[in-house]
Amino acid sequence: MSQPIDIDIDVAGGPARPPLPGAPRPGVLRRLLRKPAAAVSLAFVAVVAVAGALAPQLTANSPTASEIANALAPMGGNHPLGTDGVGRDVLAQLLYGSRTSLTGALIVVAVSLLIGLPAGVLAGYHRGWFDGLANWLGSLVMALPAIIVLLVVLAQWGRSTALAMTVFGFLIAPGVFRLVRSSVIAVREELYVDAARVSGLGDARIMRRHILPVVVAPTVIQASQLLGIAIVIQAGLEFLGLGSANQASWGGMLSNAFQNVYFAPRLLLWPALAIVLTVTAFCLIGNALRDALGAADAGRRARRRTDAAAGPVVTAAHDAAAQDPPADALLAVQDLHAAYPRPDGTESVVVQGVSLTVRRGEILGLVGESGSGKSQTAFSVLGLLPPQARTSATRLLFDGQDLRGLSPAAMNKLRGRRIGYIPQEPMSNLDPSFRIGAQLTEPMRHHLGLSRAQARTEALRLLERVGIADPARVFASYPHQVSGGMAQRVLIAGAVSCDPDLLIADEPTTALDVTVQAEVLDLLRELQAERRMGVILVTHDFGVVADLCDTVAVMQSGRIVETAPATELFAAPRHPYTRMLLDATLEDSTPRSARAVATPAAPSRSVLDLGGDR
Amino acid sequence: MTAAHPLLEADRVLVDYPVKGWRRPPFRALKGISLTVGAGETVGLVGESGSGKTTLGRAILGLAPVTGGEIRFEGRTISGLGKRERRALSKDIQVVFQDPYTSLNPAMSVGDILTEPLLVDGISRAEAERRVRSLLDEVHLPADAARRLPREFSGGQRQRVAIARALSRDPRLIVCDEPVSALDLSTQSRVLDLLIEIQELTGVAYLFVTHDLSVVRHISHRVAVMYRGEIVEEGDAATVTSEPAHPYTRRLLLAAPVPDPARQAGRRAERHRFLAAQAAPDH
Repeated sequence: MSQPIDIDIDVAGGPARPPLPGAPRPGVLRRLLRKPAAAVSLAFVAVVAVAGALAPQLTANSPTASEIANALAPMGGNHPLGTDGVGRDVLAQLLYGSRTSLTGALIVVAVSLLIGLPAGVLAGYHRGWFDGLANWLGSLVMALPAIIVLLVVLAQWGRSTALAMTVFGFLIAPGVFRLVRSSVIAVREELYVDAARVSGLGDARIMRRHILPVVVAPTVIQASQLLGIAIVIQAGLEFLGLGSANQASWGGMLSNAFQNVYFAPRLLLWPALAIVLTVTAFCLIGNALRDALGAADAGRRARRRTDAAAGPVVTAAHDAAAQDPPADALLAVQDLHAAYPRPDGTESVVVQGVSLTVRRGEILGLVGESGSGKSQTAFSVLGLLPPQARTSATRLLFDGQDLRGLSPAAMNKLRGRRIGYIPQEPMSNLDPSFRIGAQLTEPMRHHLGLSRAQARTEALRLLERVGIADPARVFASYPHQVSGGMAQRVLIAGAVSCDPDLLIADEPTTALDVTVQAEVLDLLRELQAERRMGVILVTHDFGVVADLCDTVAVMQSGRIVETAPATELFAAPRHPYTRMLLDATLEDSTPRSARAVATPAAPSRSVLDLGGDR
Repeated sequence: MTAAHPLLEADRVLVDYPVKGWRRPPFRALKGISLTVGAGETVGLVGESGSGKTTLGRAILGLAPVTGGEIRFEGRTISGLGKRERRALSKDIQVVFQDPYTSLNPAMSVGDILTEPLLVDGISRAEAERRVRSLLDEVHLPADAARRLPREFSGGQRQRVAIARALSRDPRLIVCDEPVSALDLSTQSRVLDLLIEIQELTGVAYLFVTHDLSVVRHISHRVAVMYRGEIVEEGDAATVTSEPAHPYTRRLLLAAPVPDPARQAGRRAERHRFLAAQAAPDH
């Protein structure tokens, strides 16, 4: 896998660093063969296939010729694996049987793909009446009991393995259809398909270049599973005596072995082994394929964080003596580090040496661009980083209590009760299957020990407080029934419900419209003043910072590069990075319509090294 | 020249989306929008979510159904075109989408993404590759970017690739659908400057859809403000974004926080006064 690369592009001066060439990505087959289980399985299937194909060369015996006189012969001599109850050579049957089994399985896969794949692509891409009809037919076929249909067909048209497998392929085609259809629908919604359409690509080309490649992976995985299923079904039919009469088959061998199970139990062994091993091999190949194809996508959105050292840390004078936290400090963090292990054994450091203090009644803005570690810092304080993250700090004091090494249970007690949290995405932080009222009252009943009725009264009061016009209706609603702004108000109500001392808000208004944002900011300001909470506000928006924060800490590449009171920071930013960020805000730029036509397109900020076009 | 006709003209455009359910009336996303974009001009389209601004962009691109009214390109009606004619139009009207992560096919190299529209146009592969090199240069990406996959690039760089794709066939109009709202602050301004630079170089026109008044002020010559499927105010960018006439635009402007604590306090107070004065709030 090639590492995603972050390179610097400077508008004025071309690439700042030569980009690394992407390492060649090993093909799917190579990745597959690297897995021992998959390699062994593939080898086994190959052996079975070769044995089937070369059966006449491998044994002189006919699989169907029976020597009644020589029934149940022991292993050895002319019959290496002995003979069955009617004197047929076991080895020959096994070899010719693998031919039957694999052919049958291939028929099933071919038929189901031939029907399911085009139908799924058409239905998923064009939707409309064809989609409706195909879905309806698919459901109908899926509702039919397969074994009964098979029995009826075979009773009507005679015993034939090929016929049975063709019908079975038809019966499971809806499974393929549904899989293909849903993956096509998923890609069809991707913007790059819209972009291709706007680029003037025809439907056929869009299908071939953009849609089919995405469908291939799940289809190949399902096909390998289908091969296994087909072999089992086929053996079952043959066991019942419904396979072709003059063809050796594993199911037929099983059937004969069962008749002689008291005289020669070993006869069961060979067909059973063949069936179990082949089916297992197909399953393992399917699993490995899924992993191999999935791995190609895993790195899609992964980003490497740059560990580049930032410039000197600038701290305003009043914070310079931050060795000892002030007496009224609500939260004191010193030298906080957080890192994630990479697959290659190294670590990706996301927070390096962050120190900050929040006083009671103070709003601290934690500002930075994506990947600066601001959210990771907030989550470290909350103790909510994923388990693989490694964190350390020389001090992590909340209201005098050391948070380091606190048990999960003790941390849980603090969270919600004394430390509130407001997330960025209101909708994904409400459980869609519970009513809003239940989600609001549960923490209060748990933390504050309120009765159901008390919690309800309190929740209604809170909903009213956060500016919801009809608290009773919202209380009884499910999350999907309210707007995003409303959901964020609900979450704010939840965050302050247990009267916390510290509130951590992670980009609380980023997902909201600007008019709603203004209302939510007003609400946060009022609640904070009312309850004298300390607040950490994580944001990338300097407007939000200016609106709400007393103190600002600017983060870059996991470090705080500058901490200052808000008025000071905006009036006289000291660190070059802060200056660059403030310069990049467009708020005060001259309107384009008022600018001279011949504005040189080289603004002064591009001469700074901006630390990556992230 | 097309003195008689503006480059793009939307004339009382209606867009209805069907609503699930038996005999439910359709949802009207655009309620008779009229708007023009001149050659080489940037028209900003501002609004909040659900205002219909993205729908108008998609209607122009032929990706949303126009149920009434007309969209004309250089005087020729382009709403309700057949697939073949629409494809021919792709040479002139292009798009840059908001999300640079999903607008580039993750399985294709940047080179393939950029050559694809050229090859469709019947240009030879060698010529297409030569053109891609100059396109990459135009958007300030290194030449070897063509060999790499989109995931190897950052958001800002991907957006440059998307811009290069839009530019590949020398379009007359690019619909920019929130092209910088997924980007970081510093990247945002550089991508905007790139768009301005390209416009000054090539004379392409932009319909610039965004929710951000400061972005729209930076890049637009004219601005139209949308609210619930209608344009409530339209005019010179400087005027609309500093002395808005319509109460909704005013509300929008006052709600956007200024990165300066003192001025923001002033704006907040002004907003509270304004809202108090607005006796009848919408809805």
